[in-house]
Amino acid sequence: MPVTKASVWNVLEPRNIELGPSGVASGSFSHWRLAKDAEGIAWLLLDRANDSANTLSEAVMAELDAALNDIEGMGAKGVVIRSAKKSGFIAGADIRDFKDVKEAHEVETRMTRAHAIVDRLARLAIPSVAVIHGHCLGGGLELALACRYRIAVGDAKLGFPEVMLGIHPGLGGTFRLPALIDPMEAMTMMLTGKTVDAKKAKALGLVDAVVEERHVENAVRAAIGDTLRTDRGNWKAGLLGFAPARQLAARQMRTQAEKRVPKKHYPAPYRLIDLWEEHGGDAKAMQRAEIRSFSELLVSETAQNLIRVFFLREKLKSHGKGDSGVRRVHVIGAGTMGGEIAAWCASRGMVVTLSDLDPQAIAKAIGRASEFYDERLHSRIERRDALDRLIPDFAGAGVASADLVIEAVAEKAEVKHRVFEATVPKTKEGAILATNTSSIPLEELRKGLKTPEKLIGLHFFNPVSRMELVEVVGHDKTSAETLARGRAFCGAIDRLPAPVGSAPGFLVNRCLTPYLVEAFVMLDEGMAKETIDRAAEDFGMPMGPIELADRVGLDIGLEVAKMLKESLEDPMPDIPAWLVKKVESGETGRKAGKGLYAYDSKGKPQKAEDAPAPDSEMADRLILPMLNTCVRCLREGVVEDEETLDGAMIFATGFAPFRGGPIHYARSRGTGAIVQKLTQLAQKHGARFAPDKGWEALGAEGSGEKVGETT
Amino acid sequence: MAGQPGTSAKRPRSSVTAGGKPLPRRAAGQVRRAVTDTTGRPVYLIDGARTPFLRARGKPGPFTPVDLAVQCGRPLLMRQPFAADAFDTVILGCVNVIADEMNPARVAALRLGMGAGMTAFTVQINCGSGMQSIDTAFRTIESGKADLILAGGAEALSHAPLVLRQEAVEWFGRFAAAKSPFEKAAAMGGLRPEMAKPVIGLERGLTDPITELNMGQTAEVIGHLFGITREAADAYALESHQRLARAQNSGFLEGEVVPAIARDGTIFDRDDGVRPDTSMEKLAKLNPVFEKPFGKVTAGNSSQITDGACWVILASEAAVEKYGLQPVARIIDSEWSALDPSIMGLGPTLCSTELLTRQGLSRQDIDLWELNEAFAVQVLACLAAWEDEEYCRDVLSLDGIFGRIARDRLNVDGGAISLGHPVGTSGNRIVLHLVNAMRRLGLKRGLATECIGGGQGGAMLLEVV
Repeated sequence: MPVTKASVWNVLEPRNIELGPSGVASGSFSHWRLAKDAEGIAWLLLDRANDSANTLSEAVMAELDAALNDIEGMGAKGVVIRSAKKSGFIAGADIRDFKDVKEAHEVETRMTRAHAIVDRLARLAIPSVAVIHGHCLGGGLELALACRYRIAVGDAKLGFPEVMLGIHPGLGGTFRLPALIDPMEAMTMMLTGKTVDAKKAKALGLVDAVVEERHVENAVRAAIGDTLRTDRGNWKAGLLGFAPARQLAARQMRTQAEKRVPKKHYPAPYRLIDLWEEHGGDAKAMQRAEIRSFSELLVSETAQNLIRVFFLREKLKSHGKGDSGVRRVHVIGAGTMGGEIAAWCASRGMVVTLSDLDPQAIAKAIGRASEFYDERLHSRIERRDALDRLIPDFAGAGVASADLVIEAVAEKAEVKHRVFEATVPKTKEGAILATNTSSIPLEELRKGLKTPEKLIGLHFFNPVSRMELVEVVGHDKTSAETLARGRAFCGAIDRLPAPVGSAPGFLVNRCLTPYLVEAFVMLDEGMAKETIDRAAEDFGMPMGPIELADRVGLDIGLEVAKMLKESLEDPMPDIPAWLVKKVESGETGRKAGKGLYAYDSKGKPQKAEDAPAPDSEMADRLILPMLNTCVRCLREGVVEDEETLDGAMIFATGFAPFRGGPIHYARSRGTGAIVQKLTQLAQKHGARFAPDKGWEALGAEGSGEKVGETT
Repeated sequence: MAGQPGTSAKRPRSSVTAGGKPLPRRAAGQVRRAVTDTTGRPVYLIDGARTPFLRARGKPGPFTPVDLAVQCGRPLLMRQPFAADAFDTVILGCVNVIADEMNPARVAALRLGMGAGMTAFTVQINCGSGMQSIDTAFRTIESGKADLILAGGAEALSHAPLVLRQEAVEWFGRFAAAKSPFEKAAAMGGLRPEMAKPVIGLERGLTDPITELNMGQTAEVIGHLFGITREAADAYALESHQRLARAQNSGFLEGEVVPAIARDGTIFDRDDGVRPDTSMEKLAKLNPVFEKPFGKVTAGNSSQITDGACWVILASEAAVEKYGLQPVARIIDSEWSALDPSIMGLGPTLCSTELLTRQGLSRQDIDLWELNEAFAVQVLACLAAWEDEEYCRDVLSLDGIFGRIARDRLNVDGGAISLGHPVGTSGNRIVLHLVNAMRRLGLKRGLATECIGGGQGGAMLLEVV
């Protein structure tokens, strides 16, 4: 019999992290701990109060300033800066400080103060070493760049994700990074927002050493004793110190940037390129320009909207807190959705059994999962373990030990009822039963269940690996506990739960359908599909409605549209007869290689180059019916609040993030203006555009709960 | 002399010999151990599952030994009413362990999610490894040291490595040790093209190191000693294929064989070495592979080179009660014997007879037999030996002949000739299949036995409960 039932590693793991002379802290900081070890090395540890991850706030920076004072006075021979948090070094600036800022000059004052503190760190007379584990992003990386040495622990991830928020680095990153590493690589990191792992960081010269936790102490001593071998050759920085060379490189960068994001919607990368082109040879001038440019960008509508999206994500995430109690998942139906859900869950650490009546379907799903793992999981071990956790279940035996059973079988109530009849008696006590239905009311599916309180809807979006949202659907008999566990399960697998009511189409499909069907009407009016898609893309959608319909699958789209038309009084145009015919003939979209577009072998739609440009009204014709339905859903209580609605539409459909979500967009443009436009469209194209009466409430009552205040 | 069997008198009367060597003899029938079924706790076989056996097709197959063990282990563990970490230990038989999977038992246990605290060890006794794992589990539970053990066998013969020639290894050693450029150049001079020709590890593995006889040659030896004809061997092989095909088509293997899925999404759901359309004519056309041109052993009447894994779950009475398990059989006893490596194929006659003698049982008491089909000639030689008066008297210490084992009581659903013989797995498979076949046929008592390269034999007696 074993001596212990405890996991030995779990008991010993806290000893692994090297934090210097902990317990002998001096100074009276609330976020930092400072102590000098026997060798005279000062250890400055960031451990932000009341947060699980470190971020840089004004208070943290002010304390850093005071700590640098102390260090100068304590006669240390060197200083180590590292995080005492398990989660990583520093995740960046505290974005709460960036919210709702309106005055660029105020930001400029704040940033100038912060720069002075970081400059002070950079000018320390003694060697400084940043020891980096986990996330080292944005402002965190800028702090590390101000140290003389950077030592990364194996799991470190370094990067500048600012562009995702519509800004660029603002705490010295724009001039310190290109001075340290190849400026082209530096610009790529800042322009794409992509993080690099420890190994890549070492190759770039961004860190001086990559060591395991057990060698951190020796590596620190070597750095401070000046015996750490570094490799910082940066001949390109010299070359690109010349303005003509920078102009040439900047031109290339702009071409690259245009391929990713249009300047009109996302100005930050272009501003960064300008900044570098103009001041790349002069650190002082670049610092001044960085502060100014950063401040202007931060108060811009794009950045504020993207910051809103950041908090929308946080809000959705907060729905998913807590322990779901789910470790084993059983997925029934190995079609596209079932297979993707199973593969995703296994990649996030769940043990998953995937069952289907057709063994070939299971086998194909495993094949697709292994392709996905090859792309997304970085080590051979991770790929092997994910595949080991994804268990083909030919006999459906996994039901008995599953904490959560998800059905993703054909979208027919009687099929789902039959699956439940066969499955439910075998489930273990307390197991949650979930349906991935997109169109069948849960009140219908719960009929005949002995424990209807355990049934919820977990509505995933295609492709599961890219669409972060999951609609968590209750019905009249669902227990609050089941709903909470369902949301927590989404959190555990790194998806964003959106609680929605059990109305036909739930939230996302219901709001998306009028947009798709309107596009079909426009096709019938003789507009080119490329033109229609272009109108939506110009608005900021990641793809147009025609391409999206193909992507979702015309068969599924048709099913949802028919269901919505039958079960709701929402005004919707008739579904064109040609769509039904297309589906019947098997031209169901991208998955079939042919739908509204024809697809090449890589799944790329073949679009005509010479389609006419969209006129100014086309985008409104597409987008406003979607907004109108959003407002209707809000009024009907399908979704609790505007923030959840905006977040859901962004993370399930990619609704133009820089616009901050559909309701936020409506408010920015003015609800009155939208109602007026809808009325005009109704006169011109029909009653389906008639503004919902929910608009009034929206105008009168304001936006309800403010996002971000809860985090 | 090695490779020259049968130069002494044909069918020697005084003792079993081969190649002129006397058989290192241990009196059969003597009880080596005091252990019998009456002294220990009862041990039950609860369930078991295996992968399809996949024929090696000239390149490494889609699964390593541990991959195979995981493929059949996952569904087996999943259908149990207890958690995967409830086992006391894991034992796996594996002969050709690959470099990435040292102690494959432990690698498999971890990959099966049985927990960091799961002890696991690998056993190796060549073709007996998969039965050795069951036997070790059986004796451990019987003696009260464990209650629940996962015992298996795994082998991927298609992954058997290419090995460098000894001269090449020595050259590499000299080259690596050379320090100055001059020494390196000198060492380089010793490299000869023929050194680059690899040795097929599998071929070496299937050659007995003491006698330098290939396993096929040992079959030729005993075939000769017991007068087995080429026609008899081919007829046996044909029937093996027909029996397996019938078993597959009738669903006899359901639950025992679980499909395996490769990374690329290919599904393997049945043993793919079976050739139901073969015939006496087709088999007769094949040339002998081991002793050309006059030998009797061909690719058609030998077991196939194959990948596959198999697990069984063994439990004590206490574990059965604790988890509410439904035992399918009880292991009564087991026995191992050894003999001259050049006639290793006769191993089953020794251990089986010894086991039955100890249990006071005779041939008629055994309802069903699994005798691993290493070679048709070897199976038939065992059967002939049991009907051979001198052999039964002088070797098996029986009063008369042991008697004829009816074909309808032996390997009823085919064997290694049609299924293939993943050497570390076969012993496990025959125990599991014996139990499943007995249950299907409503029989009570069965014996699984195998010959073991190197000159040994293993046998296990089970009763359906």
